[in-house]
Amino acid sequence: MIEAAVLGVGQTKYEAKRRDVSMGGLVRKAIDKAMLAADVDWDAIDAVILGKAPDMFEGVMMPELSLVDAIGANGKPLLRVHTAGSVGGSTAVIAASHVCSGNFDTVLTVTYEKQSESNATWALSPKYPYSPHINAGAGGYFAPYMREYIRRYDAPENIGWKVAVKDRLNALKNPLAHLQIPGIDENMVAETPMLWEPLRYLESCPSSDGACAMVISNKKLAESRNAAWIKGMAVRSEGTLSAGRDEVNPQGGQDCAKDIYDQAGITNPFKEIDCAEIYVPFSWYEPMWLENLHFCDLGEGWKLTERGATEIEGDIPFNMSGGVLSSNPIGASGMIRFGEACLQVTNQAGNHQVDGANVAMGHAYGGAAQFFAMWIVSNKK
Amino acid sequence: MTEEKKDFFVSDISLSYQYTAGNATTRFLNKVAEGKLVAQKCPKCSAVYVPPRGSCPRCGVATEEELELPDTGAVESFTIVHIPIPGNPIVPPYVSAMIRLDGADISFLHLIQEIDLADIRIGMRVQAVWKDKSDWGTTLENIKWFKPTGEDDVDPSVFKFKE
Repeated sequence: MIEAAVLGVGQTKYEAKRRDVSMGGLVRKAIDKAMLAADVDWDAIDAVILGKAPDMFEGVMMPELSLVDAIGANGKPLLRVHTAGSVGGSTAVIAASHVCSGNFDTVLTVTYEKQSESNATWALSPKYPYSPHINAGAGGYFAPYMREYIRRYDAPENIGWKVAVKDRLNALKNPLAHLQIPGIDENMVAETPMLWEPLRYLESCPSSDGACAMVISNKKLAESRNAAWIKGMAVRSEGTLSAGRDEVNPQGGQDCAKDIYDQAGITNPFKEIDCAEIYVPFSWYEPMWLENLHFCDLGEGWKLTERGATEIEGDIPFNMSGGVLSSNPIGASGMIRFGEACLQVTNQAGNHQVDGANVAMGHAYGGAAQFFAMWIVSNKK
Repeated sequence: MTEEKKDFFVSDISLSYQYTAGNATTRFLNKVAEGKLVAQKCPKCSAVYVPPRGSCPRCGVATEEELELPDTGAVESFTIVHIPIPGNPIVPPYVSAMIRLDGADISFLHLIQEIDLADIRIGMRVQAVWKDKSDWGTTLENIKWFKPTGEDDVDPSVFKFKE
Protein backbone atom coordinates (compact mmCIF):
# COMPACT_ATOMS: atom_id res chain seq x y z
CA MET A 1 0.00 0.00 0.00
CA ILE A 2 1.23 3.48 -0.88
CA GLU A 3 1.54 5.85 2.06
CA ALA A 4 2.46 9.09 0.35
CA ALA A 5 0.56 12.28 -0.31
CA VAL A 6 1.05 15.51 -2.21
CA LEU A 7 1.20 18.38 0.28
CA GLY A 8 1.54 21.21 -2.20
CA VAL A 9 1.56 21.96 -5.92
CA GLY A 10 3.24 24.99 -7.48
CA GLN A 11 2.92 26.13 -11.08
CA THR A 12 4.26 29.10 -12.98
CA LYS A 13 2.19 31.10 -15.41
CA TYR A 14 2.56 29.36 -18.77
CA GLU A 15 3.59 31.61 -21.64
CA ALA A 16 5.22 31.42 -25.05
CA LYS A 17 8.29 33.32 -23.84
CA ARG A 18 9.20 33.78 -20.19
CA ARG A 19 11.92 36.31 -20.87
CA ASP A 20 11.64 37.60 -17.30
CA VAL A 21 13.36 34.52 -15.85
CA SER A 22 16.26 32.20 -16.57
CA MET A 23 15.74 28.43 -16.43
CA GLY A 24 16.83 28.57 -12.80
CA GLY A 25 14.39 31.37 -12.07
CA LEU A 26 11.60 29.51 -13.80
CA VAL A 27 11.96 26.31 -11.76
CA ARG A 28 12.42 28.30 -8.54
CA LYS A 29 9.14 30.15 -9.10
CA ALA A 30 7.26 26.83 -9.22
CA ILE A 31 9.22 25.45 -6.24
CA ASP A 32 8.52 28.52 -4.08
CA LYS A 33 4.80 28.21 -4.77
CA ALA A 34 4.79 24.47 -4.06
CA MET A 35 6.65 24.89 -0.75
CA LEU A 36 4.38 27.73 0.27
CA ALA A 37 1.32 25.63 -0.55
CA ALA A 38 2.82 22.69 1.36
CA ASP A 39 3.85 24.93 4.26
CA VAL A 40 7.31 23.34 4.54
CA ASP A 41 10.76 24.92 4.61
CA TRP A 42 14.04 23.70 3.12
CA ASP A 43 15.01 21.74 6.25
CA ALA A 44 12.04 19.46 5.58
CA ILE A 45 13.22 18.52 2.07
CA ASP A 46 15.20 15.27 2.13
CA ALA A 47 15.77 14.83 -1.62
CA VAL A 48 15.05 16.53 -4.94
CA ILE A 49 13.84 14.80 -8.10
CA LEU A 50 14.00 16.79 -11.35
CA GLY A 51 12.50 15.89 -14.69
CA LYS A 52 12.56 17.43 -18.12
CA ALA A 53 12.26 16.43 -21.76
CA PRO A 54 15.32 15.85 -24.00
CA ASP A 55 18.37 18.01 -23.24
CA MET A 56 18.60 18.62 -26.98
CA PHE A 57 15.61 20.97 -26.74
CA GLU A 58 17.43 23.80 -24.97
CA GLY A 59 20.89 22.43 -25.69
CA VAL A 60 21.75 22.35 -21.98
CA MET A 61 23.14 18.97 -21.05
CA MET A 62 22.32 17.50 -17.63
CA PRO A 63 20.63 20.73 -16.48
CA GLU A 64 20.00 19.27 -13.02
CA LEU A 65 23.68 19.98 -12.31
CA SER A 66 23.74 23.66 -13.24
CA LEU A 67 20.33 24.11 -11.59
CA VAL A 68 21.43 22.58 -8.30
CA ASP A 69 21.28 25.86 -6.37
CA ALA A 70 18.01 27.00 -7.92
CA ILE A 71 16.31 23.75 -6.97
CA GLY A 72 17.76 23.69 -3.45
CA ALA A 73 19.54 20.40 -3.98
CA ASN A 74 22.92 21.44 -2.61
CA GLY A 75 24.07 18.70 -0.26
CA LYS A 76 20.93 16.66 -0.88
CA PRO A 77 20.29 13.52 -2.90
CA LEU A 78 19.34 14.58 -6.44
CA LEU A 79 17.97 12.47 -9.26
CA ARG A 80 17.14 13.37 -12.86
CA VAL A 81 14.30 11.62 -14.67
CA HIS A 82 13.95 11.49 -18.44
CA THR A 83 11.15 9.70 -20.29
CA ALA A 84 10.44 12.10 -23.18
CA GLY A 85 7.00 13.77 -23.05
CA SER A 86 5.79 11.53 -20.24
CA VAL A 87 8.62 12.72 -17.99
CA GLY A 88 6.48 15.02 -15.83
CA GLY A 89 4.35 12.02 -14.89
CA SER A 90 7.14 9.53 -14.35
CA THR A 91 9.07 12.12 -12.29
CA ALA A 92 6.06 12.39 -9.95
CA VAL A 93 5.83 8.60 -9.65
CA ILE A 94 9.56 8.29 -8.96
CA ALA A 95 9.47 11.09 -6.38
CA ALA A 96 6.56 9.40 -4.60
CA SER A 97 8.41 6.07 -4.79
CA HIS A 98 11.30 7.62 -2.89
CA VAL A 99 8.89 8.60 -0.11
CA CYS A 100 7.37 5.10 -0.13
CA SER A 101 10.85 3.61 0.13
CA GLY A 102 11.01 4.86 3.70
CA ASN A 103 14.38 6.48 3.12
CA PHE A 104 12.95 9.99 2.73
CA ASP A 105 10.12 11.64 4.64
CA THR A 106 9.61 14.49 2.21
CA VAL A 107 10.70 14.88 -1.40
CA LEU A 108 10.61 17.98 -3.59
CA THR A 109 10.03 17.30 -7.27
CA VAL A 110 10.12 19.76 -10.15
CA THR A 111 9.80 19.62 -13.93
CA TYR A 112 10.11 22.32 -16.56
CA GLU A 113 10.67 23.30 -20.14
CA LYS A 114 11.75 26.63 -21.56
CA GLN A 115 10.62 26.10 -25.12
CA SER A 116 11.43 29.71 -26.05
CA GLU A 117 15.11 28.84 -25.63
CA SER A 118 14.76 25.86 -27.91
CA ASN A 119 13.00 24.58 -30.97
CA ALA A 120 11.29 21.34 -30.10
CA THR A 121 10.02 20.68 -33.63
CA TRP A 122 13.58 20.97 -34.90
CA ALA A 123 14.88 18.74 -32.09
CA LEU A 124 12.21 16.12 -32.82
CA SER A 125 12.85 16.16 -36.56
CA PRO A 126 16.47 15.18 -37.01
CA LYS A 127 17.72 13.44 -40.08
CA TYR A 128 18.63 9.97 -38.91
CA PRO A 129 21.86 8.68 -40.40
CA TYR A 130 21.41 6.62 -43.57
CA SER A 131 17.69 7.44 -43.83
CA PRO A 132 15.62 9.95 -45.77
CA HIS A 133 14.82 13.11 -43.80
CA ILE A 134 11.15 12.51 -43.05
CA ASN A 135 10.60 13.24 -39.36
CA ALA A 136 8.25 16.20 -39.03
CA GLY A 137 7.82 16.98 -35.35
CA ALA A 138 5.54 15.31 -32.83
CA GLY A 139 2.42 16.12 -34.83
CA GLY A 140 3.91 14.54 -37.93
CA TYR A 141 4.73 11.44 -35.94
CA PHE A 142 1.33 11.00 -34.25
CA ALA A 143 -0.93 12.09 -37.13
CA PRO A 144 -0.86 8.67 -38.86
CA TYR A 145 -2.00 7.01 -35.61
CA MET A 146 -4.92 9.46 -35.35
CA ARG A 147 -5.82 8.85 -38.98
CA GLU A 148 -5.91 5.11 -38.29
CA TYR A 149 -8.15 5.71 -35.23
CA ILE A 150 -10.56 7.74 -37.38
CA ARG A 151 -10.60 5.01 -40.04
CA ARG A 152 -10.99 2.16 -37.57
CA TYR A 153 -14.03 3.60 -35.82
CA ASP A 154 -15.48 5.82 -38.56
CA ALA A 155 -15.23 8.92 -36.36
CA PRO A 156 -16.58 12.23 -37.68
CA GLU A 157 -14.07 14.98 -38.48
CA ASN A 158 -15.49 17.49 -35.99
CA ILE A 159 -14.61 15.36 -32.93
CA GLY A 160 -11.08 16.74 -33.08
CA TRP A 161 -12.44 20.30 -33.34
CA LYS A 162 -14.73 19.64 -30.37
CA VAL A 163 -11.83 18.59 -28.14
CA ALA A 164 -9.82 21.62 -29.25
CA VAL A 165 -12.70 23.94 -28.30
CA LYS A 166 -13.55 22.23 -25.00
CA ASP A 167 -10.00 22.36 -23.65
CA ARG A 168 -9.55 26.02 -24.65
CA LEU A 169 -12.86 26.99 -23.03
CA ASN A 170 -11.57 25.29 -19.86
CA ALA A 171 -8.32 27.27 -20.19
CA LEU A 172 -10.33 30.49 -19.93
CA LYS A 173 -11.13 29.39 -16.35
CA ASN A 174 -7.46 28.81 -15.52
CA PRO A 175 -5.41 32.02 -15.17
CA LEU A 176 -2.15 30.06 -15.48
CA ALA A 177 -3.06 28.56 -18.88
CA HIS A 178 -0.99 29.76 -21.84
CA LEU A 179 -3.62 29.93 -24.60
CA GLN A 180 -6.54 32.20 -23.81
CA ILE A 181 -8.86 32.30 -26.83
CA PRO A 182 -12.20 33.90 -25.94
CA GLY A 183 -14.98 32.99 -28.34
CA ILE A 184 -13.28 29.90 -29.71
CA ASP A 185 -15.68 27.57 -31.52
CA GLU A 186 -15.57 24.65 -33.94
CA ASN A 187 -15.67 26.95 -36.98
CA MET A 188 -12.65 28.86 -35.76
CA VAL A 189 -10.72 25.60 -35.30
CA ALA A 190 -11.85 24.23 -38.69
CA GLU A 191 -10.64 27.38 -40.44
CA THR A 192 -7.12 27.27 -39.03
CA PRO A 193 -4.40 25.95 -41.35
CA MET A 194 -3.82 22.24 -41.77
CA LEU A 195 -0.47 21.27 -40.22
CA TRP A 196 -0.25 17.49 -40.36
CA GLU A 197 -3.40 15.96 -41.84
CA PRO A 198 -5.82 15.39 -40.15
CA LEU A 199 -4.54 17.92 -37.59
CA ARG A 200 -5.22 21.63 -37.86
CA TYR A 201 -3.33 24.41 -36.11
CA LEU A 202 -5.79 24.81 -33.25
CA GLU A 203 -5.96 21.03 -32.77
CA SER A 204 -2.31 21.09 -31.71
CA CYS A 205 -0.60 22.08 -28.47
CA PRO A 206 1.32 25.36 -28.16
CA SER A 207 5.01 25.80 -27.28
CA SER A 208 5.22 27.05 -23.72
CA ASP A 209 7.68 28.05 -21.04
CA GLY A 210 6.81 26.89 -17.56
CA ALA A 211 7.51 24.75 -14.54
CA CYS A 212 5.54 22.65 -12.10
CA ALA A 213 6.70 21.45 -8.68
CA MET A 214 5.24 19.30 -5.93
CA VAL A 215 6.09 18.45 -2.34
CA ILE A 216 5.38 14.79 -1.58
CA SER A 217 5.53 13.44 1.94
CA ASN A 218 4.64 10.45 4.07
CA LYS A 219 1.79 10.26 6.57
CA LYS A 220 3.73 11.94 9.38
CA LEU A 221 3.32 15.35 7.74
CA ALA A 222 0.35 14.63 5.52
CA GLU A 223 -2.09 13.30 8.07
CA SER A 224 -3.01 16.70 9.50
CA ARG A 225 -3.23 18.46 6.12
CA ASN A 226 -5.54 18.92 3.17
CA ALA A 227 -3.39 16.51 1.18
CA ALA A 228 -3.92 14.51 -2.00
CA TRP A 229 -3.27 10.87 -1.11
CA ILE A 230 -1.78 8.71 -3.82
CA LYS A 231 -3.98 5.61 -4.16
CA GLY A 232 -2.30 4.05 -7.16
CA MET A 233 0.69 4.89 -9.35
CA ALA A 234 2.56 3.11 -12.13
CA VAL A 235 4.74 3.51 -15.19
CA ARG A 236 4.91 1.27 -18.27
CA SER A 237 6.87 1.33 -21.49
CA GLU A 238 6.85 -0.68 -24.70
CA GLY A 239 9.15 -1.16 -27.67
CA THR A 240 8.56 1.31 -30.50
CA LEU A 241 9.61 -1.03 -33.30
CA SER A 242 7.95 -4.18 -32.04
CA ALA A 243 5.91 -6.40 -34.33
CA GLY A 244 2.27 -6.48 -33.30
CA ARG A 245 2.39 -3.14 -31.53
CA ASP A 246 -0.92 -1.26 -31.75
CA GLU A 247 0.03 2.41 -31.83
CA VAL A 248 -3.64 3.47 -31.68
CA ASN A 249 -4.28 1.57 -28.44
CA PRO A 250 -0.87 0.81 -26.90
CA GLN A 251 -0.62 -2.17 -24.56
CA GLY A 252 1.61 -0.16 -22.21
CA GLY A 253 -1.15 2.38 -21.64
CA GLN A 254 -3.79 -0.30 -21.07
CA ASP A 255 -1.62 -2.17 -18.59
CA CYS A 256 -0.52 0.96 -16.72
CA ALA A 257 -4.16 2.07 -16.26
CA LYS A 258 -5.23 -1.41 -15.13
CA ASP A 259 -2.40 -1.43 -12.59
CA ILE A 260 -3.35 1.88 -10.94
CA TYR A 261 -7.06 0.98 -10.92
CA ASP A 262 -6.25 -2.31 -9.18
CA GLN A 263 -4.07 -0.52 -6.61
CA ALA A 264 -6.81 2.02 -5.95
CA GLY A 265 -9.58 -0.60 -5.86
CA ILE A 266 -11.32 0.92 -8.87
CA THR A 267 -13.37 -1.51 -10.95
CA ASN A 268 -15.32 0.98 -13.06
CA PRO A 269 -13.14 4.01 -13.86
CA PHE A 270 -15.93 5.80 -15.73
CA LYS A 271 -18.10 5.77 -12.60
CA GLU A 272 -15.53 5.87 -9.82
CA ILE A 273 -13.13 8.55 -11.09
CA ASP A 274 -14.59 12.04 -10.69
CA CYS A 275 -12.31 13.83 -13.15
CA ALA A 276 -9.05 13.30 -15.01
CA GLU A 277 -6.13 15.30 -16.35
CA ILE A 278 -5.05 13.28 -19.37
CA TYR A 279 -2.13 14.04 -21.71
CA VAL A 280 -3.84 15.25 -24.90
CA PRO A 281 -1.33 17.27 -26.97
CA PHE A 282 -3.32 16.72 -30.16
CA SER A 283 -7.12 16.75 -30.24
CA TRP A 284 -7.72 13.16 -31.31
CA TYR A 285 -5.83 11.78 -28.34
CA GLU A 286 -8.84 12.47 -26.11
CA PRO A 287 -11.08 9.78 -27.64
CA MET A 288 -8.07 7.49 -28.14
CA TRP A 289 -7.10 7.68 -24.45
CA LEU A 290 -10.73 7.37 -23.27
CA GLU A 291 -10.59 3.90 -24.81
CA ASN A 292 -6.99 3.05 -23.95
CA LEU A 293 -7.58 3.91 -20.27
CA HIS A 294 -10.75 1.76 -20.10
CA PHE A 295 -13.25 4.60 -19.63
CA CYS A 296 -15.27 2.98 -22.42
CA ASP A 297 -15.18 0.19 -24.99
CA LEU A 298 -13.12 0.43 -28.18
CA GLY A 299 -14.74 2.71 -30.74
CA GLU A 300 -16.88 4.45 -28.10
CA GLY A 301 -14.38 7.17 -27.13
CA TRP A 302 -15.36 9.65 -29.81
CA LYS A 303 -19.02 9.19 -28.88
CA LEU A 304 -18.29 10.20 -25.27
CA THR A 305 -16.50 13.30 -26.54
CA GLU A 306 -19.35 14.01 -28.96
CA ARG A 307 -22.01 13.93 -26.26
CA GLY A 308 -20.03 16.23 -23.96
CA ALA A 309 -19.13 13.60 -21.35
CA THR A 310 -15.61 15.06 -21.00
CA GLU A 311 -16.77 18.63 -20.41
CA ILE A 312 -16.24 20.09 -16.95
CA GLU A 313 -19.87 19.34 -16.01
CA GLY A 314 -19.92 15.99 -17.83
CA ASP A 315 -19.76 12.41 -16.57
CA ILE A 316 -15.99 12.18 -16.80
CA PRO A 317 -14.42 15.65 -17.09
CA PHE A 318 -11.08 15.60 -18.96
CA ASN A 319 -8.52 18.41 -18.70
CA MET A 320 -10.38 20.98 -16.64
CA SER A 321 -7.21 23.12 -16.56
CA GLY A 322 -7.17 23.41 -20.35
CA GLY A 323 -4.77 20.50 -20.68
CA VAL A 324 -1.68 20.16 -22.84
CA LEU A 325 -3.68 21.70 -25.70
CA SER A 326 -3.62 25.00 -23.76
CA SER A 327 -0.20 24.91 -22.03
CA ASN A 328 2.74 22.77 -23.09
CA PRO A 329 6.06 23.27 -21.31
CA ILE A 330 6.87 19.72 -22.44
CA GLY A 331 8.96 18.47 -19.52
CA ALA A 332 6.40 19.82 -17.04
CA SER A 333 3.27 18.90 -19.00
CA GLY A 334 2.95 15.48 -17.36
CA MET A 335 3.47 16.81 -13.84
CA ILE A 336 0.86 19.52 -14.46
CA ARG A 337 -1.64 16.70 -15.12
CA PHE A 338 -0.61 14.95 -11.89
CA GLY A 339 -0.62 18.19 -9.89
CA GLU A 340 -3.94 19.39 -11.27
CA ALA A 341 -5.49 16.05 -10.22
CA CYS A 342 -4.26 16.85 -6.67
CA LEU A 343 -5.72 20.36 -6.80
CA GLN A 344 -9.09 18.91 -7.79
CA VAL A 345 -9.36 16.44 -4.90
CA THR A 346 -8.20 19.05 -2.38
CA ASN A 347 -10.72 21.58 -3.72
CA GLN A 348 -8.03 24.07 -4.75
CA ALA A 349 -8.65 24.23 -8.50
CA GLY A 350 -10.41 27.59 -8.42
CA ASN A 351 -12.67 28.37 -11.36
CA HIS A 352 -11.98 25.05 -13.05
CA GLN A 353 -12.84 23.00 -9.95
CA VAL A 354 -15.12 20.00 -10.48
CA ASP A 355 -17.76 20.10 -7.75
CA GLY A 356 -17.23 17.41 -5.15
CA ALA A 357 -14.20 15.80 -6.81
CA ASN A 358 -12.87 13.13 -4.42
CA VAL A 359 -10.96 10.83 -6.78
CA ALA A 360 -8.93 12.13 -9.75
CA MET A 361 -6.50 10.70 -12.26
CA GLY A 362 -3.28 12.16 -13.68
CA HIS A 363 -1.80 10.72 -16.90
CA ALA A 364 1.15 11.32 -19.18
CA TYR A 365 2.54 9.66 -22.28
CA GLY A 366 5.62 10.25 -24.34
CA GLY A 367 8.14 9.11 -26.90
CA ALA A 368 6.50 7.29 -29.79
CA ALA A 369 3.43 6.80 -27.55
CA GLN A 370 5.49 4.15 -25.78
CA PHE A 371 6.11 5.65 -22.30
CA PHE A 372 3.24 5.89 -19.83
CA ALA A 373 2.90 7.24 -16.29
CA MET A 374 -0.31 7.52 -14.27
CA TRP A 375 -1.65 8.01 -10.80
CA ILE A 376 -4.89 8.14 -8.86
CA VAL A 377 -5.25 10.62 -6.00
CA SER A 378 -7.94 10.99 -3.39
CA ASN A 379 -8.71 13.35 -0.51
CA LYS A 380 -9.19 10.32 1.74
CA LYS A 381 -6.23 8.45 3.15
CA MET B 1 22.02 56.58 -32.10
CA THR B 2 20.89 54.80 -28.97
CA GLU B 3 21.68 51.18 -28.91
CA GLU B 4 18.72 48.87 -28.44
CA LYS B 5 18.97 46.98 -25.18
CA LYS B 6 19.23 43.30 -25.92
CA ASP B 7 19.13 40.73 -23.20
CA PHE B 8 18.27 37.77 -25.40
CA PHE B 9 19.72 36.63 -28.69
CA VAL B 10 19.72 33.51 -30.82
CA SER B 11 23.02 31.94 -31.81
CA ASP B 12 23.71 28.76 -33.70
CA ILE B 13 25.76 25.97 -32.22
CA SER B 14 26.88 22.79 -33.86
CA LEU B 15 27.63 19.37 -32.55
CA SER B 16 29.42 16.75 -34.57
CA TYR B 17 29.19 13.10 -33.68
CA GLN B 18 30.23 9.76 -34.98
CA TYR B 19 27.42 7.32 -35.66
CA THR B 20 28.03 3.62 -35.28
CA ALA B 21 25.34 1.72 -37.11
CA GLY B 22 25.78 -1.56 -35.28
CA ASN B 23 25.87 -5.07 -36.69
CA ALA B 24 22.26 -5.49 -37.88
CA THR B 25 21.96 -2.06 -39.47
CA THR B 26 25.38 -2.38 -41.11
CA ARG B 27 24.35 -5.67 -42.73
CA PHE B 28 21.06 -4.12 -43.83
CA LEU B 29 22.67 -0.99 -45.29
CA ASN B 30 25.34 -2.97 -47.16
CA LYS B 31 22.50 -4.83 -48.90
CA VAL B 32 20.58 -1.60 -49.54
CA ALA B 33 23.71 -0.40 -51.36
CA GLU B 34 23.10 -3.33 -53.76
CA GLY B 35 19.42 -2.44 -54.15
CA LYS B 36 18.20 -5.22 -51.85
CA LEU B 37 15.92 -4.93 -48.80
CA VAL B 38 17.02 -7.65 -46.39
CA ALA B 39 14.92 -8.22 -43.28
CA GLN B 40 15.66 -10.28 -40.16
CA LYS B 41 13.31 -12.84 -38.68
CA CYS B 42 12.68 -13.62 -35.01
CA PRO B 43 13.53 -17.29 -34.27
CA LYS B 44 10.75 -17.44 -31.66
CA CYS B 45 7.68 -15.57 -32.94
CA SER B 46 8.73 -15.39 -36.62
CA ALA B 47 8.17 -11.61 -36.77
CA VAL B 48 9.98 -10.10 -39.75
CA TYR B 49 11.78 -6.81 -39.09
CA VAL B 50 12.85 -4.33 -41.76
CA PRO B 51 14.95 -2.34 -41.19
CA PRO B 52 16.27 -4.91 -38.72
CA ARG B 53 17.65 -3.81 -35.35
CA GLY B 54 19.21 -7.14 -34.51
CA SER B 55 16.63 -8.22 -31.97
CA CYS B 56 12.92 -8.82 -31.51
CA PRO B 57 11.44 -6.50 -28.83
CA ARG B 58 8.53 -8.94 -28.40
CA CYS B 59 10.71 -11.89 -27.44
CA GLY B 60 13.96 -10.25 -26.39
CA VAL B 61 16.04 -12.51 -28.60
CA ALA B 62 18.54 -11.85 -31.36
CA THR B 63 17.30 -11.99 -34.96
CA GLU B 64 19.90 -13.83 -37.04
CA GLU B 65 18.01 -15.29 -40.01
CA GLU B 66 17.95 -12.94 -42.98
CA LEU B 67 15.48 -12.87 -45.83
CA GLU B 68 15.14 -10.59 -48.83
CA LEU B 69 11.84 -8.74 -49.20
CA PRO B 70 10.39 -7.23 -52.37
CA ASP B 71 10.30 -3.43 -52.75
CA THR B 72 6.49 -3.49 -52.83
CA GLY B 73 4.11 -3.02 -49.95
CA ALA B 74 1.12 -1.11 -48.67
CA VAL B 75 0.38 2.10 -46.77
CA GLU B 76 -0.39 1.30 -43.12
CA SER B 77 -1.15 4.96 -42.39
CA PHE B 78 0.15 8.39 -43.39
CA THR B 79 0.01 12.11 -42.88
CA ILE B 80 0.37 15.01 -45.26
CA VAL B 81 2.82 17.52 -43.83
CA HIS B 82 1.79 21.08 -44.69
CA ILE B 83 4.28 23.09 -42.65
CA PRO B 84 7.99 23.56 -43.24
CA ILE B 85 10.00 21.70 -40.62
CA PRO B 86 13.07 23.56 -39.35
CA GLY B 87 16.19 21.92 -40.76
CA ASN B 88 14.24 19.70 -43.16
CA PRO B 89 14.89 20.39 -46.86
CA ILE B 90 11.68 18.73 -48.15
CA VAL B 91 9.20 21.33 -49.41
CA PRO B 92 5.64 20.85 -48.09
CA PRO B 93 3.08 19.60 -48.72
CA TYR B 94 4.51 16.09 -48.75
CA VAL B 95 3.35 12.66 -47.65
CA SER B 96 5.03 10.89 -44.78
CA ALA B 97 3.74 7.33 -44.81
CA MET B 98 4.13 4.20 -42.74
CA ILE B 99 5.15 1.73 -45.46
CA ARG B 100 4.63 -1.96 -44.72
CA LEU B 101 6.73 -4.01 -47.14
CA ASP B 102 5.20 -7.29 -48.31
CA GLY B 103 6.27 -9.94 -45.83
CA ALA B 104 7.30 -7.47 -43.08
CA ASP B 105 5.72 -7.16 -39.65
CA ILE B 106 6.71 -3.54 -38.93
CA SER B 107 6.47 -0.40 -41.04
CA PHE B 108 8.99 2.32 -41.72
CA LEU B 109 8.46 5.95 -42.68
CA HIS B 110 9.07 7.01 -46.24
CA LEU B 111 7.71 9.43 -48.84
CA ILE B 112 4.96 8.78 -51.37
CA GLN B 113 4.94 10.67 -54.65
CA GLU B 114 3.63 10.35 -58.23
CA ILE B 115 0.05 10.62 -56.95
CA ASP B 116 -2.56 13.28 -56.20
CA LEU B 117 -2.36 13.98 -52.46
CA ALA B 118 -6.13 13.59 -52.17
CA ASP B 119 -5.95 10.02 -53.49
CA ILE B 120 -3.63 8.59 -50.84
CA ARG B 121 -5.33 6.16 -48.49
CA ILE B 122 -4.67 3.48 -45.90
CA GLY B 123 -4.27 0.10 -47.61
CA MET B 124 -2.99 1.54 -50.92
CA ARG B 125 -0.43 -0.67 -52.72
CA VAL B 126 2.93 1.02 -53.38
CA GLN B 127 6.32 0.26 -54.87
CA ALA B 128 9.74 1.81 -54.32
CA VAL B 129 11.14 4.22 -56.90
CA TRP B 130 14.93 3.85 -56.80
CA LYS B 131 17.53 6.46 -57.58
CA ASP B 132 19.84 5.86 -60.49
CA LYS B 133 22.13 2.95 -59.60
CA SER B 134 25.23 5.12 -59.93
CA ASP B 135 23.94 7.22 -56.98
CA TRP B 136 23.39 4.30 -54.61
CA GLY B 137 25.08 4.28 -51.20
CA THR B 138 24.57 2.63 -47.83
CA THR B 139 21.34 4.53 -47.18
CA LEU B 140 17.58 4.14 -47.51
CA GLU B 141 17.79 7.36 -49.51
CA ASN B 142 18.56 5.01 -52.44
CA ILE B 143 14.77 4.86 -52.57
CA LYS B 144 13.60 8.28 -53.75
CA TRP B 145 10.02 7.62 -52.69
CA PHE B 146 7.23 5.10 -53.09
CA LYS B 147 4.58 5.35 -55.80
CA PRO B 148 1.18 3.66 -56.19
CA THR B 149 1.15 0.42 -58.16
CA GLY B 150 -2.50 0.73 -59.21
CA GLU B 151 -3.35 -2.69 -57.73
CA ASP B 152 -6.43 -3.16 -55.52
CA ASP B 153 -6.07 -1.86 -51.95
CA VAL B 154 -5.36 -4.37 -49.20
CA ASP B 155 -7.70 -4.74 -46.25
CA PRO B 156 -6.10 -2.98 -43.22
CA SER B 157 -6.57 -6.19 -41.21
CA VAL B 158 -3.48 -7.53 -43.02
CA PHE B 159 -1.38 -5.17 -40.87
CA LYS B 160 -2.34 -7.09 -37.73
CA PHE B 161 0.45 -9.31 -36.47
CA LYS B 162 -0.31 -13.00 -36.75
CA GLU B 163 1.89 -15.12 -34.57
